[in-house]
Parts: sequence; C-alpha cells; structure tokens
Amino acid sequence: MKLLFNRARRIVGIAGLALSLSTSMVYADTPADSLVVGWQFDDIITLDTAEVFEFSGAEITGNTYDRLIGYDPDDVSKIFGVAAQSWTVSDDGKTFTFKMRPGIKFSSGNEMTAEDAAFSLQRAIILDKSPAFILTQFGFNADNVKDKIKAVDASTLTITTDKAYAPTFVLYCLTATIASIVDKTEVMKHAVDGDMGFAWLRTHYAGSGPYKISQWKPSEIVVLSANADYWGGAPAMKNIFIRHIGESSVQQLLLEKGDIDIARNLETEQLKAVAGNENINLLKKGKGTLYYLSMNLKDPILAKPKVQQALKYLIDYKGLEQTVWAGRGQVQQAFLPKGFLGALEEQPFSLNVEKAKDLLAQAGFPDGFEMELIVRNAPIRIDTSKSIQTTFAKAGIKIKLIPMDGKQVLTVYRARKHQLFFGGWGPDYQDPHTNADTFSKNLDNSDTAKSKPVAWRNAYAPEQMTQDTLAAVLEPDAAKRAEMYLAIQKTHQQDAPFAFIMQEQEVAGLRSNIEGYILGPSFDSNSYKHVVKK
Amino acid sequence: MSQHSVKGGVIAVFFSAIKLHKVKPMLHFFSMLAMTFIGLLLLTFVIGRLMPTDPVIAVIGDKAPEALYQKTYLAMGLDKPIITQFFYYLAGVLQGDLGTSVRTANLVSDDILNYFPATLELATLATIFGVLLGVPFGVLAAVRQNQWPDYCVRFLGLIGHSAPIFWLAMMGIVVFYQHLDWVAAPEGRLSVTYEYTLQKVTNMVLIDTLLAGDWGAFKDAFAHIILPASLLSYYSIAYLSRMTRSFMLDQLQQEYITTARVKGVSEFAIIWRHALGNAWVPLITVIALTYATLLEGSVLTEIVFSWPGLGRYITDGLLAADMNAVLGGTIVVGTVFILLNLTSDLLYKVLDPRSR
Repeated sequence: MKLLFNRARRIVGIAGLALSLSTSMVYADTPADSLVVGWQFDDIITLDTAEVFEFSGAEITGNTYDRLIGYDPDDVSKIFGVAAQSWTVSDDGKTFTFKMRPGIKFSSGNEMTAEDAAFSLQRAIILDKSPAFILTQFGFNADNVKDKIKAVDASTLTITTDKAYAPTFVLYCLTATIASIVDKTEVMKHAVDGDMGFAWLRTHYAGSGPYKISQWKPSEIVVLSANADYWGGAPAMKNIFIRHIGESSVQQLLLEKGDIDIARNLETEQLKAVAGNENINLLKKGKGTLYYLSMNLKDPILAKPKVQQALKYLIDYKGLEQTVWAGRGQVQQAFLPKGFLGALEEQPFSLNVEKAKDLLAQAGFPDGFEMELIVRNAPIRIDTSKSIQTTFAKAGIKIKLIPMDGKQVLTVYRARKHQLFFGGWGPDYQDPHTNADTFSKNLDNSDTAKSKPVAWRNAYAPEQMTQDTLAAVLEPDAAKRAEMYLAIQKTHQQDAPFAFIMQEQEVAGLRSNIEGYILGPSFDSNSYKHVVKK
Repeated sequence: MSQHSVKGGVIAVFFSAIKLHKVKPMLHFFSMLAMTFIGLLLLTFVIGRLMPTDPVIAVIGDKAPEALYQKTYLAMGLDKPIITQFFYYLAGVLQGDLGTSVRTANLVSDDILNYFPATLELATLATIFGVLLGVPFGVLAAVRQNQWPDYCVRFLGLIGHSAPIFWLAMMGIVVFYQHLDWVAAPEGRLSVTYEYTLQKVTNMVLIDTLLAGDWGAFKDAFAHIILPASLLSYYSIAYLSRMTRSFMLDQLQQEYITTARVKGVSEFAIIWRHALGNAWVPLITVIALTYATLLEGSVLTEIVFSWPGLGRYITDGLLAADMNAVLGGTIVVGTVFILLNLTSDLLYKVLDPRSR
C-alpha cells in the first residue's frame, strides 16, 4: 500500500506542477495601444454591407465603412456629410446630387470615387438581400437602378427617386448600413458567376472606415485594426479585440479584473454589482428599440377594443422601469422612440386594476379569461412577461407563458398563430417612417398579403391610419411632418392592439481609464473611433 | 470465347483468391457503417425540419419583405417533400459538400475544422486527467472498501454526478480566476496578445504553440485550458472512479486473487497487475464512452469559458435553424462514436487474451 500512496503522491505532484505552470502566468492589463471588448456578437452572420441586418454586424460595419452621410449620435436631426462633402435636392424633390469628398482611400489603396458609391447602392438593390427594402422603397429595382443611381463624373453622384419623399427620409435611409460604400475594384476582383463579389465579401472586407476588419471568427473574435490613412485621422487604438463572451456574469468578472476594457452585456444584477466600483464607469444611451405587448385581433376576445384597453391598464410600467429594467430602459408608450422626429412622449397608461376590471366587465368578461403569451427565452423578456402575468392575474386574466427560442417565437408570430406576444422592435434608420411603416400601415390584411408588417401580424388594418402614414412620408416640411406623426401615434396609442412598454437603454461597463467610446442611438452609430486609454 | 466472359472469369478468380471469410465481415462492417450514417442523418434532418422554427427566418431575418421570404423559401427547396430535400442533401454529402452555414457564412467543413479541434483538445485533456485520477481513486476505494478513503471517493463521485456543470464552472472561475488568480480569464483559448498572431496549424492551440516554439503562448494556452479541462475531468473522475471501484471489487473477490495471495504474490502485484489488469477490459469501454460524451456534450462548459467548440457550434446551429451546421456536426459526432467503438474493440483484443 505504501507504493500505492507513493504513486498517488506523484500524481498529485504532477497536478501541482501543472497548476504552478498556470499560476506562473503574469496577467497584465490589456495592451496599452489596444482595446479589448467583451460582447455577445453571435448574431453576426455576414460582413457584406448589402446583407448585414443584425445589431452586431451593423456596429462592426459602422466602424469600418463610410457612408455618404451621417448624423450626430446626440442629436439625430443634425445630418452631415461623410463620404459626400455636400448635396443638393432638385426643385421637384426627386433628384439628390452628392459631391464626393476628395482624398478618401479604401484599405486596398484605391481612391474612392462616385462610381464606388453608385456601384455600392446598385449592388445592394440587385443582390436584394433582407435590408434591400430600405433602398427599394424609393422605386429602385434591378432593372432601373443603373439609370436612377449613377455617377455623373468621378466626384458627382445622382440619385433619382420615384416620388418626392420627405428629403430627410431619403437622407436617413442613406445613413443605414446598406448604404455603406464598398471598393468596387476590390469587390469585383472576387466576383464569381455574376455574384458581384457577394460570396467573398460575406467574410472579407473592402471599406474605407476608421478601422478595417482584420479577422472575424463567428462567435469567437472580431479584430479591427486602425486605418492609418483614414481621411478623418487615424484612431488612437491600434487594434480593437472584440471577444464573444456569452455569459454576462463572466463579462462582469473580466471587467472587474481588467482583462477586458469594455463589457457590453451586463444584466441588471451585474450593473448593480459594479455600480460602486471606482475602477468602472457605466455609459448609458437610449436606443431606438421598443418593447411591446401585442394582441392578435384574430382572437375574438382580443378583438374587443375594451379588452385591449383593459390590458393596457394592467401593465405595471413604472414598476418594470424601476425593477426589471432598472437603468436599462425608460417607459415609452408610443411606436416612435424618444429622440425621433414626431415621437409622442405622453404616457396615458399606468397600472389601474379597478379601471381594467371595469373595462373587462363592459366587454363581457367580468371574471377574466385565459390567454397564451409567447416570448423569447431571454432573461429581461421573461421577467417582464412574468410581471405582466402577475398584474393580469389581478383582473382574473390567467396567462400561460410560453417561452421559446427567438426564431421559434418569430415563426409563430409571423404566421399570426399567437394570442399575445411580447417582444422588441428596433428601427432600421433614424426616420419615423421606419416604425410607422410597420406599426400603423397595413394595405392588405388577407393571409396571402404581399406585405406583412407588424400590424398585419396582429391582424390590425386601420384604413385611415394607413393613408395618413403614406401621406406623412411625402411631407417635405419637417414641422408639419412631426405633427402628422404625433396625430397618428395618439390614435394608435389608444386604438391599436399594441401596448408599448419600454424603450431600451444600452449600458456599457468601461474601465475608468477608457475615454471617447460613443454609444449611439442605433448600433451602427456605436463608435470606437475616438477611444483613448488614459 | 467472348471478351465479356474473359472479364467475368478474371473477376471470379480474383474473388476466389480472396478468402471470403475475411471479406464478409468487412463488407458487413462497411454496410453497417453506411446504414448508421444515413439513419443518423435522416433522423437529424427530419427532426430539424419538424422543429417549430422557420429555416427561412434563419437566412433572411425577421424584417425581410414577404417577396424575399417567398423567393428564399423556394431557393431553399422547402416547397419539396422532406424526403426529397434529404436526398438532395445526401447527394451533396456524398460529393463532399456539407453546405454552407447560415450563421457563420462559411463552408460547414471549414467550420468543423475550426471548431472540432478546440473540443478535441479540451476533451482529450479532460479524459487524460480523468483516467490518471479516476482509476487510482477507484482502485483505492475498492482496496479500502468501507473505510474513509472509500467514503471520500464515493462522496467526491456523488458531488461530481449531482452538481450542475454550469454552477461548478462558475464556482471554479470565482475561486481560481477571480480570487486566487491561478488561471487565465474564461475568454476562450488564448489571450488577445496571442490569439491574433499565432499561426494555426492543427487548430489545437497547445500543439500549435509548441510547433511555433512560442513558450509564452504555450503557457498562455495552458492557463486557459487547465480550468475547463479540470472541471470536465471532474465528471470523468467521478464516473471512472465509481466504475473502477465496482470492477475492482468484482475482481478482488475472484478465486484467482485468493490463489495468488496463498502463493505469496505481493499485494501490489495482486492489485495493480492482476486485478486491475483484468478490470481494464470493461474499463476501456467506459473510458471510450466518457471520452465520446465529452467530445459532443460539453456545451455548457464551452459557453461559460467562451470556448469555441463543436458542442456550442451544434447547439447554436440548432437554435438558429442552421441545419447544415447541425447535420455536419452530427456526422462528426457519429464518426467519433464509431471510431471510439472500433478503438475500444481493438484494445479489447490487446488486453483480453480470450478474444484473441
């Protein structure tokens, strides 16, 4: 037995040696000239700007590509030229002429011209990927786009729309990811079978932004390298290492230990935990994403207006803001997020069980009813749904919660097979039409409709509001346009089968030596360009 | 004589030259192999298609217009019967085309070459730890049955079986990373300093760092793998020690052990050479199954440690309705099981004289 124990001791010795090998590591802070970010970016499925439509992908391309114009993340009404130095709009409101900024170079070394800009927009329309509707809504298609969007000369680009839309509507759409300018020569070098370089650009880079994409390993790491020749000046950080850290509690630990400089997905509990840490600052920014409860009007109970009203009075808006969403959301009860042109900020609904019971009685349901609520299996959505379940129960409404994977929920929702749905919606660009187009417009409520906006998914088809929405997008005067959207939202707030609850606030945890990181109102405006380490 | 009959004669002579009793088992083996793979793929394919997730949404997202939805639906062949879709997929597989992943935009075969080595490295190290500690612990428990070493091993085994890996992993991180600072951050396989610069040859970072002759990178890789491998090995240790104890108790009660003791053979030789020598035979299967389980089932550990492994790849693929990724991963897992079964069969023959 002595031998047995001697051998056991030897094994323990080997294990000890292994541990000492690991403990001999020196864990320094992150490199002084690089930024390390912990983030859940497993939604990135492509790097081609004609296809990117996910939050994380939009942020990566937002930092690595130039677009014709941009906006101030603190005041989105301030629009300025980026790759375009200036622009004019024709008297009939249909033709936009852009003068390109001279001296912009792609990472390949090629100089950017109006031909690159025209090619990028044409390519996005011809490829016709998910976000293409942002451009095709101006009457462009694969057949006419080369006539409608063209380079007049090396420094002049013209875009001609089919109608005279509100100019800001057109301009905001050109700030979207799909309007990013790609290097035509480089992309076409890799074109195969007429794919305009699509297969190649999905995993490669051909841009001119402050950073270039050096590496993308799905759900693992994204490496951005500074573009030393950037026309706006080279960024201070030579590299941005973005690591996929799926667990928010692990992000917290890494941030506290200084192994990452920025944690992007801290949950409510982690935010509380790091709040008193002097080495960590919290950066907050209201995002455009709205969270709402929707009611499918195909259900005979939910089709009753009094029931819809009652449910809106059975949500504890303030309680949710202070508990589940503490620091991560603000109550918003209209379909436009705060900060958008014409956003309605009135909050007529609050938890009022007595009023809700009265409305239910008037609707013929004094004892309530049973209902299913589908929701994506994510902590904050589940917690919000549980709160809704609790407050609904006070009026006798029994909610059966059905948590599902994100894509399963969408499958049911898009087929309008749900009763109640709780979920989020993020705007695609900074113009109010982005949300109005989906929440207040439904041209065809049949099952075989060609267009299926969120209003359709809930069988909501308001004729007058649809016409008002179509009119608002053509109004050139910004003040009048804002009034039109306010009026639409007031009616929508009362009559539509949607209870808007919360507007998301993004919170990032930063080591205290990090400055210059910008969180914008959308993910593509989150910027690493000005980041410095003190 | 016609040319045809000459050819037939040659073939007949060829087959008669080969000993039929040697060919038959091989043919049987390969037909079983093909059937297993086709069955596995068909089952996975059908389950994937029956899942209440629309695969079109995985490709185009939630906001794409209806016209694009319809176009993609047809392009993916979803209007065809499931069995037709499956045969299209199978035809691709037989030509070496596993398709493209919706989630990563890469060829599935490339993804597997990237993710599988990460899992292989982690599971191999965990299994080595598991065997090195689990087997001696099991022997110790059997030799000291119903004494404190036995109780300790059984108690450790009980915790290993009952503690959720997710919780155990978080505890490990808090203790060994946050407080003791013994291991590297749970951020993946390498620090950013090396992640971007290391030349990947095998995609197993411990080996690649050695091949590169970069001692600093090797230490960094080791500091990253030691905790997840140890935690995974804890489960192997728990299972292997219990199984070893059971097999050893069985062997120690055999008459040949009594005979050996009567003949004056040393206790060490009785335990380690005779009893354990025979216990190895069933243990090989147990070890092979443990290894196979670790190769496909360490998803939670991979999530907590941000480890880019195959388990996470398959799970994420399943949740995203990325069926090419799931089916590609299934082929790998199936192959692993078959290869490990074959290996354990071969080792049986080496270790068990009766099967030679």
